[in-house]
Amino acid sequence: MTKYHRTLIKGMIMTVQLSCITVFFGLIFGTLIAFMKMSNFKIWKIKPLNLLATIYVEVLRGTPLLLQLYFFYFLMPKLIPALGDKKISITVALIVNSAAYVAEIVRSGIAAVDPGQAEAARCLGLNRRQTMQKIIIPQAVKNILPAMGNELVMMLKETSLASTFFIGEIMTQCNVIGGATFLQIETLIISGIMYLVLTTVVSKLVGMYERRLAVSD
Amino acid sequence: MIKVENLHKSFGDLEVLKGVSEHIKKGEVVSVIGASGSGKSTFLRCLNMLEEPEEGSIIFEGVDITKEKVNIDQHRQKMGMIFQHFNVFPHMTVIENITMAPMLIKKKSKEEAEAQAMQLLEMVGLADKRDEYPRRLSGGQKQRLAIVRALAMEPDVMLFDEPTSALDPEMVGEVLQVIKQLVKSGMTAVIVTHEMGFAKEVSDRVLFMDGGVIAESGTPEEIFGNAQNPRTREFLSKVLY
Repeated sequence: MTKYHRTLIKGMIMTVQLSCITVFFGLIFGTLIAFMKMSNFKIWKIKPLNLLATIYVEVLRGTPLLLQLYFFYFLMPKLIPALGDKKISITVALIVNSAAYVAEIVRSGIAAVDPGQAEAARCLGLNRRQTMQKIIIPQAVKNILPAMGNELVMMLKETSLASTFFIGEIMTQCNVIGGATFLQIETLIISGIMYLVLTTVVSKLVGMYERRLAVSD
Repeated sequence: MIKVENLHKSFGDLEVLKGVSEHIKKGEVVSVIGASGSGKSTFLRCLNMLEEPEEGSIIFEGVDITKEKVNIDQHRQKMGMIFQHFNVFPHMTVIENITMAPMLIKKKSKEEAEAQAMQLLEMVGLADKRDEYPRRLSGGQKQRLAIVRALAMEPDVMLFDEPTSALDPEMVGEVLQVIKQLVKSGMTAVIVTHEMGFAKEVSDRVLFMDGGVIAESGTPEEIFGNAQNPRTREFLSKVLY
Protein backbone atom coordinates (compact mmCIF):
# COMPACT_ATOMS: atom_id res chain seq x y z
CA MET A 1 0.00 0.00 0.00
CA THR A 2 2.73 2.44 0.98
CA LYS A 3 4.27 2.43 -2.50
CA TYR A 4 1.07 3.94 -3.81
CA HIS A 5 1.11 7.07 -1.65
CA ARG A 6 2.59 9.10 -4.49
CA THR A 7 -0.28 8.12 -6.73
CA LEU A 8 -2.77 9.24 -4.12
CA ILE A 9 -0.99 12.55 -3.55
CA LYS A 10 -1.06 13.12 -7.29
CA GLY A 11 -4.78 12.42 -7.25
CA MET A 12 -5.28 14.88 -4.43
CA ILE A 13 -3.40 17.62 -6.28
CA MET A 14 -5.49 16.94 -9.37
CA THR A 15 -8.70 17.13 -7.38
CA VAL A 16 -7.69 20.45 -5.82
CA GLN A 17 -6.58 21.85 -9.18
CA LEU A 18 -9.75 20.79 -10.94
CA SER A 19 -12.01 22.19 -8.20
CA CYS A 20 -10.17 25.49 -7.89
CA ILE A 21 -10.07 26.09 -11.65
CA THR A 22 -13.74 25.19 -11.89
CA VAL A 23 -14.85 27.47 -9.06
CA PHE A 24 -12.61 30.32 -10.25
CA PHE A 25 -14.01 30.34 -13.79
CA GLY A 26 -17.41 29.36 -12.45
CA LEU A 27 -17.39 32.55 -10.39
CA ILE A 28 -16.46 34.69 -13.39
CA PHE A 29 -19.06 33.21 -15.75
CA GLY A 30 -21.61 32.77 -12.97
CA THR A 31 -21.36 36.47 -12.09
CA LEU A 32 -21.80 37.36 -15.74
CA ILE A 33 -24.92 35.19 -15.94
CA ALA A 34 -26.24 36.66 -12.69
CA PHE A 35 -25.94 40.17 -14.14
CA MET A 36 -27.64 39.00 -17.34
CA LYS A 37 -30.46 37.68 -15.22
CA MET A 38 -30.81 41.00 -13.42
CA SER A 39 -30.61 43.17 -16.52
CA ASN A 40 -33.57 45.25 -17.59
CA PHE A 41 -32.57 45.35 -21.23
CA LYS A 42 -35.75 44.94 -23.24
CA ILE A 43 -36.76 44.31 -26.82
CA TRP A 44 -40.51 44.94 -26.95
CA LYS A 45 -41.79 42.98 -24.01
CA ILE A 46 -39.04 40.35 -23.86
CA LYS A 47 -35.86 40.61 -21.83
CA PRO A 48 -33.53 38.54 -24.03
CA LEU A 49 -30.55 38.50 -21.64
CA ASN A 50 -32.74 37.58 -18.73
CA LEU A 51 -34.44 34.82 -20.71
CA LEU A 52 -31.14 33.36 -21.93
CA ALA A 53 -29.67 33.30 -18.43
CA THR A 54 -32.80 31.73 -16.96
CA ILE A 55 -32.80 28.93 -19.54
CA TYR A 56 -29.09 28.34 -18.94
CA VAL A 57 -29.50 28.05 -15.17
CA GLU A 58 -32.60 25.86 -15.40
CA VAL A 59 -31.09 23.43 -17.91
CA LEU A 60 -27.78 23.07 -16.06
CA ARG A 61 -29.40 22.68 -12.66
CA GLY A 62 -32.14 20.42 -13.95
CA THR A 63 -29.97 17.76 -15.59
CA PRO A 64 -27.46 15.40 -13.94
CA LEU A 65 -23.83 16.48 -13.82
CA LEU A 66 -22.74 13.05 -15.07
CA LEU A 67 -24.86 13.53 -18.19
CA GLN A 68 -23.28 16.94 -18.73
CA LEU A 69 -19.81 15.44 -18.36
CA TYR A 70 -20.58 12.81 -21.02
CA PHE A 71 -22.10 15.51 -23.23
CA PHE A 72 -18.98 17.68 -23.18
CA TYR A 73 -16.70 14.64 -23.36
CA PHE A 74 -18.23 13.80 -26.73
CA LEU A 75 -19.07 17.31 -27.90
CA MET A 76 -15.81 19.19 -27.31
CA PRO A 77 -13.58 17.14 -29.65
CA LYS A 78 -16.15 17.61 -32.41
CA LEU A 79 -16.60 21.30 -31.73
CA ILE A 80 -12.97 22.32 -31.26
CA PRO A 81 -10.64 19.45 -32.18
CA ALA A 82 -7.64 21.40 -30.89
CA LEU A 83 -9.17 21.40 -27.41
CA GLY A 84 -10.29 17.80 -27.69
CA ASP A 85 -8.22 16.61 -24.74
CA LYS A 86 -10.54 14.87 -22.30
CA LYS A 87 -9.19 16.80 -19.33
CA ILE A 88 -10.14 20.05 -21.01
CA SER A 89 -13.57 18.73 -22.00
CA ILE A 90 -14.29 17.63 -18.45
CA THR A 91 -13.02 20.91 -16.97
CA VAL A 92 -15.22 22.88 -19.35
CA ALA A 93 -18.20 20.75 -18.36
CA LEU A 94 -17.53 21.34 -14.66
CA ILE A 95 -17.17 25.09 -15.21
CA VAL A 96 -20.37 25.29 -17.25
CA ASN A 97 -22.20 23.42 -14.49
CA SER A 98 -20.68 25.40 -11.65
CA ALA A 99 -21.46 28.72 -13.36
CA ALA A 100 -25.18 27.91 -13.19
CA TYR A 101 -25.07 27.39 -9.44
CA VAL A 102 -22.80 30.37 -8.86
CA ALA A 103 -25.14 32.56 -10.91
CA GLU A 104 -27.92 31.83 -8.43
CA ILE A 105 -25.59 32.40 -5.47
CA VAL A 106 -24.49 35.79 -6.82
CA ARG A 107 -27.99 36.86 -7.83
CA SER A 108 -29.53 36.02 -4.47
CA GLY A 109 -26.55 37.56 -2.66
CA ILE A 110 -27.12 40.85 -4.45
CA ALA A 111 -30.90 40.66 -4.07
CA ALA A 112 -30.50 40.18 -0.32
CA VAL A 113 -28.94 43.63 0.12
CA ASP A 114 -31.56 45.99 1.55
CA PRO A 115 -33.02 48.04 -1.35
CA GLY A 116 -32.82 51.07 0.94
CA GLN A 117 -29.04 50.94 0.54
CA ALA A 118 -29.27 51.51 -3.21
CA GLU A 119 -31.87 54.24 -2.68
CA ALA A 120 -29.65 56.05 -0.22
CA ALA A 121 -26.70 55.84 -2.61
CA ARG A 122 -28.73 57.08 -5.58
CA CYS A 123 -30.03 59.95 -3.44
CA LEU A 124 -26.46 61.06 -2.78
CA GLY A 125 -26.03 61.31 -6.54
CA LEU A 126 -24.22 58.05 -7.25
CA ASN A 127 -25.09 56.55 -10.61
CA ARG A 128 -26.06 52.90 -11.10
CA ARG A 129 -22.53 51.68 -11.63
CA GLN A 130 -21.08 53.56 -8.65
CA THR A 131 -23.93 52.29 -6.47
CA MET A 132 -23.17 48.73 -7.51
CA GLN A 133 -19.43 49.11 -6.95
CA LYS A 134 -19.35 51.04 -3.71
CA ILE A 135 -22.52 49.98 -1.93
CA ILE A 136 -24.15 46.82 -3.25
CA ILE A 137 -21.20 44.57 -4.16
CA PRO A 138 -19.24 45.05 -0.91
CA GLN A 139 -22.33 44.08 1.07
CA ALA A 140 -23.33 41.28 -1.32
CA VAL A 141 -19.88 39.70 -0.98
CA LYS A 142 -20.70 38.93 2.64
CA ASN A 143 -23.80 37.02 1.53
CA ILE A 144 -22.04 35.35 -1.38
CA LEU A 145 -18.83 34.24 0.28
CA PRO A 146 -20.16 31.50 2.59
CA ALA A 147 -22.16 30.04 -0.28
CA MET A 148 -19.09 30.15 -2.53
CA GLY A 149 -17.14 28.22 0.10
CA ASN A 150 -19.93 25.67 0.02
CA GLU A 151 -19.70 25.54 -3.76
CA LEU A 152 -15.97 24.79 -3.54
CA VAL A 153 -16.65 22.00 -1.04
CA MET A 154 -19.32 20.61 -3.36
CA MET A 155 -16.92 20.79 -6.30
CA LEU A 156 -14.15 18.98 -4.40
CA LYS A 157 -16.57 16.11 -4.02
CA GLU A 158 -18.21 16.32 -7.43
CA THR A 159 -14.93 16.09 -9.30
CA SER A 160 -15.06 12.42 -8.26
CA LEU A 161 -17.63 11.96 -11.01
CA ALA A 162 -14.87 12.83 -13.48
CA SER A 163 -13.19 9.55 -12.55
CA THR A 164 -15.62 7.97 -15.00
CA PHE A 165 -13.29 9.41 -17.64
CA PHE A 166 -10.05 8.55 -15.85
CA ILE A 167 -9.02 12.12 -15.26
CA GLY A 168 -6.49 11.33 -12.57
CA GLU A 169 -8.13 12.87 -9.52
CA ILE A 170 -8.51 11.05 -6.20
CA MET A 171 -11.28 8.70 -7.27
CA THR A 172 -9.45 7.67 -10.45
CA GLN A 173 -6.32 6.85 -8.46
CA CYS A 174 -8.44 5.06 -5.91
CA ASN A 175 -9.87 2.81 -8.64
CA VAL A 176 -6.39 2.20 -10.07
CA ILE A 177 -4.88 1.24 -6.72
CA GLY A 178 -7.89 -0.79 -5.72
CA GLY A 179 -7.66 -2.73 -8.99
CA ALA A 180 -3.94 -3.35 -8.64
CA THR A 181 -3.92 -4.36 -4.97
CA PHE A 182 -7.40 -5.80 -4.50
CA LEU A 183 -7.56 -3.67 -1.33
CA GLN A 184 -10.67 -1.81 -2.53
CA ILE A 185 -12.16 -1.05 0.88
CA GLU A 186 -8.89 0.21 2.35
CA THR A 187 -8.24 2.49 -0.65
CA LEU A 188 -11.77 3.82 -0.46
CA ILE A 189 -11.31 4.66 3.21
CA ILE A 190 -8.04 6.44 2.54
CA SER A 191 -9.60 8.38 -0.36
CA GLY A 192 -12.52 9.28 1.87
CA ILE A 193 -10.16 10.67 4.47
CA MET A 194 -8.39 12.74 1.81
CA TYR A 195 -11.71 14.26 0.72
CA LEU A 196 -12.59 14.94 4.34
CA VAL A 197 -9.29 16.70 5.00
CA LEU A 198 -9.73 18.87 1.89
CA THR A 199 -13.33 19.84 2.62
CA THR A 200 -12.61 20.52 6.29
CA VAL A 201 -9.66 22.78 5.47
CA VAL A 202 -11.73 24.75 2.95
CA SER A 203 -14.63 25.15 5.38
CA LYS A 204 -12.28 26.42 8.10
CA LEU A 205 -10.57 28.87 5.74
CA VAL A 206 -13.89 30.27 4.59
CA GLY A 207 -15.02 30.55 8.21
CA MET A 208 -11.91 32.55 9.08
CA TYR A 209 -12.33 34.90 6.14
CA GLU A 210 -15.99 35.36 6.97
CA ARG A 211 -15.17 36.40 10.53
CA ARG A 212 -12.73 38.95 9.16
CA LEU A 213 -15.42 40.41 6.90
CA ALA A 214 -17.88 40.48 9.78
CA VAL A 215 -16.04 43.35 11.54
CA SER A 216 -18.70 45.79 10.45
CA ASP A 217 -21.79 43.79 11.44
CA MET B 1 -37.29 75.99 -6.00
CA ILE B 2 -39.44 72.90 -6.55
CA LYS B 3 -42.57 73.33 -8.60
CA VAL B 4 -44.80 70.29 -8.89
CA GLU B 5 -47.65 70.18 -11.35
CA ASN B 6 -50.44 67.64 -11.64
CA LEU B 7 -48.44 64.68 -10.36
CA HIS B 8 -49.95 61.23 -10.90
CA LYS B 9 -48.44 57.99 -9.63
CA SER B 10 -49.88 54.48 -9.52
CA PHE B 11 -48.59 51.20 -8.18
CA GLY B 12 -50.30 48.63 -10.38
CA ASP B 13 -54.01 49.36 -10.15
CA LEU B 14 -53.67 51.50 -7.08
CA GLU B 15 -53.55 55.21 -7.85
CA VAL B 16 -51.57 56.76 -5.01
CA LEU B 17 -51.16 60.31 -6.29
CA LYS B 18 -54.15 61.76 -8.10
CA GLY B 19 -52.90 65.08 -9.35
CA VAL B 20 -50.70 66.88 -6.85
CA SER B 21 -49.57 70.43 -7.51
CA GLU B 22 -47.38 72.37 -5.13
CA HIS B 23 -44.73 75.04 -5.08
CA ILE B 24 -41.94 74.90 -2.54
CA LYS B 25 -39.99 78.13 -2.31
CA LYS B 26 -36.37 78.63 -1.39
CA GLY B 27 -35.83 78.71 2.37
CA GLU B 28 -39.28 77.37 3.05
CA VAL B 29 -39.93 74.55 5.53
CA VAL B 30 -42.91 72.48 4.49
CA SER B 31 -44.36 69.66 6.56
CA VAL B 32 -46.54 67.02 4.99
CA ILE B 33 -49.04 65.32 7.26
CA GLY B 34 -51.82 62.83 6.66
CA ALA B 35 -52.92 59.29 7.39
CA SER B 36 -50.97 56.22 6.27
CA GLY B 37 -51.69 55.53 2.62
CA SER B 38 -52.61 59.12 1.86
CA GLY B 39 -49.68 59.37 -0.55
CA LYS B 40 -47.40 61.65 1.44
CA SER B 41 -44.30 59.43 1.29
CA THR B 42 -44.88 58.72 -2.40
CA PHE B 43 -45.18 62.46 -3.02
CA LEU B 44 -41.85 63.04 -1.29
CA ARG B 45 -40.16 60.17 -3.12
CA CYS B 46 -41.36 61.58 -6.43
CA LEU B 47 -39.64 64.89 -5.70
CA ASN B 48 -36.23 63.30 -6.36
CA MET B 49 -37.55 60.68 -8.79
CA LEU B 50 -37.10 57.69 -6.48
CA GLU B 51 -40.60 56.98 -7.72
CA GLU B 52 -41.20 57.92 -11.33
CA PRO B 53 -44.55 59.60 -11.78
CA GLU B 54 -46.68 58.64 -14.79
CA GLU B 55 -47.95 62.13 -15.37
CA GLY B 56 -47.12 65.68 -14.39
CA SER B 57 -43.92 67.62 -14.04
CA ILE B 58 -41.42 68.47 -11.32
CA ILE B 59 -39.43 71.61 -12.01
CA PHE B 60 -36.39 71.68 -9.74
CA GLU B 61 -34.23 74.80 -10.04
CA GLY B 62 -35.63 75.48 -13.50
CA VAL B 63 -35.27 71.95 -14.91
CA ASP B 64 -38.10 69.48 -15.42
CA ILE B 65 -36.50 66.40 -13.86
CA THR B 66 -39.28 64.06 -14.99
CA LYS B 67 -38.00 64.31 -18.56
CA GLU B 68 -36.17 61.19 -19.71
CA LYS B 69 -33.06 62.86 -21.05
CA VAL B 70 -32.32 64.62 -17.78
CA ASN B 71 -29.29 63.30 -15.87
CA ILE B 72 -31.11 62.67 -12.62
CA ASP B 73 -27.90 61.86 -10.70
CA GLN B 74 -26.74 65.46 -11.07
CA HIS B 75 -29.96 66.88 -9.69
CA ARG B 76 -30.15 64.37 -6.85
CA GLN B 77 -26.83 65.68 -5.56
CA LYS B 78 -28.63 68.88 -4.69
CA MET B 79 -31.47 67.11 -2.88
CA GLY B 80 -30.57 65.42 0.38
CA MET B 81 -32.87 62.64 1.43
CA ILE B 82 -33.42 61.17 4.88
CA PHE B 83 -35.20 57.84 5.27
CA GLN B 84 -37.30 56.31 7.98
CA HIS B 85 -34.85 53.40 8.27
CA PHE B 86 -31.70 55.56 8.10
CA ASN B 87 -30.04 53.48 5.34
CA VAL B 88 -26.55 54.26 6.58
CA PHE B 89 -23.92 52.10 4.89
CA PRO B 90 -23.06 49.27 7.31
CA HIS B 91 -19.78 48.36 5.62
CA MET B 92 -18.29 51.82 6.08
CA THR B 93 -17.20 53.65 9.19
CA VAL B 94 -19.02 56.81 10.25
CA ILE B 95 -16.49 59.08 8.55
CA GLU B 96 -16.42 56.94 5.39
CA ASN B 97 -20.21 57.11 5.21
CA ILE B 98 -19.92 60.89 5.04
CA THR B 99 -16.85 61.34 2.83
CA MET B 100 -17.67 58.66 0.23
CA ALA B 101 -20.01 60.71 -1.96
CA PRO B 102 -18.12 64.05 -1.83
CA MET B 103 -14.87 62.29 -2.76
CA LEU B 104 -16.43 60.13 -5.46
CA ILE B 105 -18.72 62.67 -7.07
CA LYS B 106 -17.42 66.10 -6.16
CA LYS B 107 -13.82 64.89 -6.47
CA LYS B 108 -12.89 66.39 -3.12
CA SER B 109 -9.55 65.37 -1.66
CA LYS B 110 -9.62 63.03 1.32
CA GLU B 111 -8.31 65.76 3.65
CA GLU B 112 -10.87 68.26 2.49
CA ALA B 113 -13.75 65.77 2.72
CA GLU B 114 -12.69 64.60 6.18
CA ALA B 115 -12.29 68.12 7.50
CA GLN B 116 -15.80 68.93 6.33
CA ALA B 117 -17.13 65.66 7.74
CA MET B 118 -15.59 66.34 11.15
CA GLN B 119 -17.18 69.78 11.22
CA LEU B 120 -20.57 68.20 10.50
CA LEU B 121 -20.01 65.46 13.08
CA GLU B 122 -19.18 68.11 15.71
CA MET B 123 -22.40 69.86 14.85
CA VAL B 124 -24.50 66.76 15.62
CA GLY B 125 -22.36 65.58 18.52
CA LEU B 126 -20.92 62.47 16.89
CA ALA B 127 -17.28 63.53 16.52
CA ASP B 128 -16.09 60.81 18.91
CA LYS B 129 -17.73 58.13 16.74
CA ARG B 130 -15.79 58.91 13.58
CA ASP B 131 -14.15 55.49 13.25
CA GLU B 132 -17.02 53.35 14.53
CA TYR B 133 -19.10 51.14 12.28
CA PRO B 134 -22.83 51.97 12.24
CA ARG B 135 -23.75 48.75 14.07
CA ARG B 136 -22.28 50.35 17.21
CA LEU B 137 -24.59 53.36 16.93
CA SER B 138 -28.06 53.79 18.37
CA GLY B 139 -31.01 54.56 16.11
CA GLY B 140 -30.83 58.24 16.91
CA GLN B 141 -27.12 58.34 16.20
CA LYS B 142 -27.65 56.52 12.89
CA GLN B 143 -30.25 59.05 11.83
CA ARG B 144 -27.99 61.96 12.77
CA LEU B 145 -25.25 60.29 10.73
CA ALA B 146 -27.66 59.96 7.79
CA ILE B 147 -28.43 63.67 8.05
CA VAL B 148 -24.80 64.78 7.99
CA ARG B 149 -24.06 62.32 5.20
CA ALA B 150 -26.67 64.12 3.11
CA LEU B 151 -25.41 67.55 4.21
CA ALA B 152 -21.87 66.71 3.11
CA MET B 153 -23.10 66.95 -0.49
CA GLU B 154 -24.17 70.54 0.26
CA PRO B 155 -27.73 70.10 -0.99
CA ASP B 156 -30.11 72.97 -1.75
CA VAL B 157 -33.08 71.15 -0.27
CA MET B 158 -33.52 68.37 2.26
CA LEU B 159 -36.30 65.79 2.01
CA PHE B 160 -37.23 63.97 5.21
CA ASP B 161 -39.31 60.80 4.93
CA GLU B 162 -40.68 60.17 8.44
CA PRO B 163 -37.26 60.67 9.99
CA THR B 164 -38.29 59.69 13.52
CA SER B 165 -40.87 56.95 12.89
CA ALA B 166 -38.42 54.07 13.39
CA LEU B 167 -36.82 55.53 16.52
CA ASP B 168 -37.27 54.58 20.15
CA PRO B 169 -39.21 57.36 21.86
CA GLU B 170 -36.23 58.60 23.88
CA MET B 171 -34.24 59.23 20.69
CA VAL B 172 -36.85 61.22 18.80
CA GLY B 173 -35.84 64.45 20.53
CA GLU B 174 -32.17 64.41 19.55
CA VAL B 175 -33.02 63.90 15.87
CA LEU B 176 -35.73 66.57 15.83
CA GLN B 177 -33.26 68.92 17.51
CA VAL B 178 -30.79 68.46 14.65
CA ILE B 179 -33.49 69.01 12.02
CA LYS B 180 -34.68 72.12 13.84
CA GLN B 181 -31.15 73.51 13.96
CA LEU B 182 -30.80 72.80 10.26
CA VAL B 183 -33.96 74.54 9.11
CA LYS B 184 -33.22 77.51 11.34
CA SER B 185 -29.98 77.98 9.43
CA GLY B 186 -32.10 78.58 6.33
CA MET B 187 -32.19 75.13 4.71
CA THR B 188 -35.18 74.47 2.48
CA ALA B 189 -36.89 71.32 3.71
CA VAL B 190 -39.85 69.09 3.00
CA ILE B 191 -40.70 66.92 5.99
CA VAL B 192 -43.14 64.02 5.98
CA THR B 193 -43.90 63.49 9.63
CA HIS B 194 -46.25 62.16 12.26
CA GLU B 195 -44.80 64.51 14.89
CA MET B 196 -47.55 67.13 14.91
CA GLY B 197 -45.93 69.23 17.63
CA PHE B 198 -42.74 69.38 15.63
CA ALA B 199 -44.54 70.20 12.37
CA LYS B 200 -46.35 73.01 14.14
CA GLU B 201 -43.16 74.42 15.58
CA VAL B 202 -40.75 74.40 12.62
CA SER B 203 -42.93 74.66 9.52
CA ASP B 204 -43.65 77.71 7.45
CA ARG B 205 -46.40 75.76 5.79
CA VAL B 206 -48.23 72.50 6.45
CA LEU B 207 -49.76 70.30 3.74
CA PHE B 208 -52.48 67.88 4.67
CA MET B 209 -52.69 64.99 2.23
CA ASP B 210 -55.74 62.79 1.89
CA GLY B 211 -56.64 60.23 -0.78
CA GLY B 212 -53.75 61.12 -3.07
CA VAL B 213 -54.27 64.86 -3.19
CA ILE B 214 -53.28 67.83 -1.06
CA ALA B 215 -56.56 68.40 0.71
CA GLU B 216 -55.50 71.50 2.58
CA SER B 217 -52.47 73.74 2.79
CA GLY B 218 -51.73 76.59 5.12
CA THR B 219 -49.62 78.00 7.92
CA PRO B 220 -49.34 75.82 11.04
CA GLU B 221 -51.76 78.19 12.78
CA GLU B 222 -54.32 77.78 10.00
CA ILE B 223 -54.05 74.00 9.82
CA PHE B 224 -53.76 73.16 13.50
CA GLY B 225 -55.90 76.00 14.82
CA ASN B 226 -58.55 76.56 12.24
CA ALA B 227 -58.69 73.83 9.60
CA GLN B 228 -61.30 74.43 6.92
CA ASN B 229 -61.51 70.93 5.43
CA PRO B 230 -63.58 68.49 7.52
CA ARG B 231 -61.12 65.67 6.64
CA THR B 232 -58.27 67.71 8.10
CA ARG B 233 -60.23 68.32 11.27
CA GLU B 234 -61.12 64.65 11.53
CA PHE B 235 -57.50 63.58 11.07
CA LEU B 236 -56.19 66.10 13.58
CA SER B 237 -58.80 65.15 16.15
CA LYS B 238 -57.51 61.58 15.92
CA VAL B 239 -53.83 62.41 16.28
CA LEU B 240 -54.00 65.34 18.71
CA TYR B 241 -55.38 64.34 22.07
